[in-house]
Amino acid sequence: MIEATSQTKTVARPASARERTSLGGLALLANAVLMYAFLYVPIAILVIFSFTSDQFGVRWTGFTLDWYARLFANQRLMGAALNTLYVAVISTVASTIIGTLTALAMERYRFRGRAGMDALLYLPIVIPEIVMAVALLAFSAFAFDLLQSITGEPIRRNLTTVIIAHIAFSISFVVVVVRTSLKNFDRRLEEAAADLGANGWQTFWRITFPLILPGIIGGALLAFTLSLDDFIISLFLSGPGTSLLPVEVYNKVRRAVTPEINAISTLMLLLSMALVGLSQLVQRRR
Amino acid sequence: MALDTLQKQRRRSGRLRLAGLLGPGALWLTLFFAMPLVIILLYSFMTAGPRGNVIWQATFGQYAALFTKDIYVNAYTRSIWASVLTTLICLLIGYPLALFIARSPQRWRTPLLFLILIPFWTNFLVRIYAWQIILSNNGLINSALDSLGLPTQTLLYTENATLLGLVYGELPFMVLPLYASIERFDFTLMEAAADLGASRWRAFLRVMLPITMPGVAAGSVLVFIPTVGQFVVSELLGGAKVDYIGNLLQRLFLRSNPPNWPLGSAMAVVMMAVLMVMIMLYFRSTTEEDR
Repeated sequence: MIEATSQTKTVARPASARERTSLGGLALLANAVLMYAFLYVPIAILVIFSFTSDQFGVRWTGFTLDWYARLFANQRLMGAALNTLYVAVISTVASTIIGTLTALAMERYRFRGRAGMDALLYLPIVIPEIVMAVALLAFSAFAFDLLQSITGEPIRRNLTTVIIAHIAFSISFVVVVVRTSLKNFDRRLEEAAADLGANGWQTFWRITFPLILPGIIGGALLAFTLSLDDFIISLFLSGPGTSLLPVEVYNKVRRAVTPEINAISTLMLLLSMALVGLSQLVQRRR
Repeated sequence: MALDTLQKQRRRSGRLRLAGLLGPGALWLTLFFAMPLVIILLYSFMTAGPRGNVIWQATFGQYAALFTKDIYVNAYTRSIWASVLTTLICLLIGYPLALFIARSPQRWRTPLLFLILIPFWTNFLVRIYAWQIILSNNGLINSALDSLGLPTQTLLYTENATLLGLVYGELPFMVLPLYASIERFDFTLMEAAADLGASRWRAFLRVMLPITMPGVAAGSVLVFIPTVGQFVVSELLGGAKVDYIGNLLQRLFLRSNPPNWPLGSAMAVVMMAVLMVMIMLYFRSTTEEDR
């Protein structure tokens, strides 16, 4: 009955309206094709031109793997890559633990100052990264001066400063992701465990933790990616002696296009794709 | 009485557990996020020393300079204008894209969305750099023009290249929240509007757009905020020919000799204040439209 009326309606509708509908659909499709091309053509070009034998890296003159070979022979870049990985691993572990604890507190407890804590958690996500970078730079200088006047020993910015900063901005992202999985959580499971005699500790490790684990892993992967890709805070907070990969890449691309940069960019791109694929896989399991 | 002590004890252990859960995060964010913001607020009222140091002598001089000298006023207006344009363009091209994904058959939606997620997770610097290969004087477009016998164009290091890079970089941040709210939209409402005689365009403006406004607001904020502070795009694609706030901040804190931290701090504080006001206005306007 309902189908029949809708059918009569379609027939009754003037031909021009139906034409417009398909035209609208066509326009949507055309826009989507253009947008996906817009997003992916530059990336494809970058990958292609990491294999060109042209020394300026902007023309196709033949296939070569030379640039990748040079990349791995470049001590400075490899050192920077290792530093970046080190910073990312430590800040991910720390921010995942701190973030998960904070998420549990925010979702499971009502306390005074909760709204303030909420603001403190959201601010790092919404303020421009450069504000956080200059603030941390000023703070580190201030704190180092203070520490020096106490201990008498000069302190300089190094990888630890970067790690501290990365943890500070990653916590908020981990909290957002873990809170989402705590919100979708069936609290009755915990009550059932308690009814069966499990204490708080057992309930957490046997029930709560396995159920929010996908959220924790998702948050950790996000924190890892954020730290690997972070360039602005790393630029402001890494001291003169310590180099990080995104900062090295930035210093090179400011000068010119080179095929080595195309190659390292391609590798960074592949790593991001692997990470986003992994995070999707974890979420699918949920 | 015994019950009372037991309750008190339980409450105390609950409070202890809360402190254990909340403590590390609250401490870390207070020390390494809130304190730094307080420090730059403090620095912004101080005097710059001759060797790039900060002299603890209170002044409104930094703020006075920001609001009177052309170089700073221009940087603010330029950054905000570029952010407005970027947000509008992303909205205009991102909304139809999000709509397209939301209207696609179920099995296509995940891969289509995944293709938006990849650039979302990919290094911003690398994605912006890719445009240098395309736009540079001996780059792809110009070699194509050259081989066709056409005159080459200056494409890289222009204002338009900066805008292009900003839209390119921020588009995924617009599409994802838009998709989230369009996907929840009940499309039978559009049919109802059509049955009541509304044209498609009118139905979109009066029904769909207001209902998906939270997505529009979220996407706009996600695009607008980082764009105001950007300096990478205007440097890599704009050639740093004109100053945006981000470029000035980077110079005042890192590059200039001597650096001027008090002035840079004031600049960052004003940027935060401008952003807060704009976001509040924006959210107020969107909630009023909802009514």
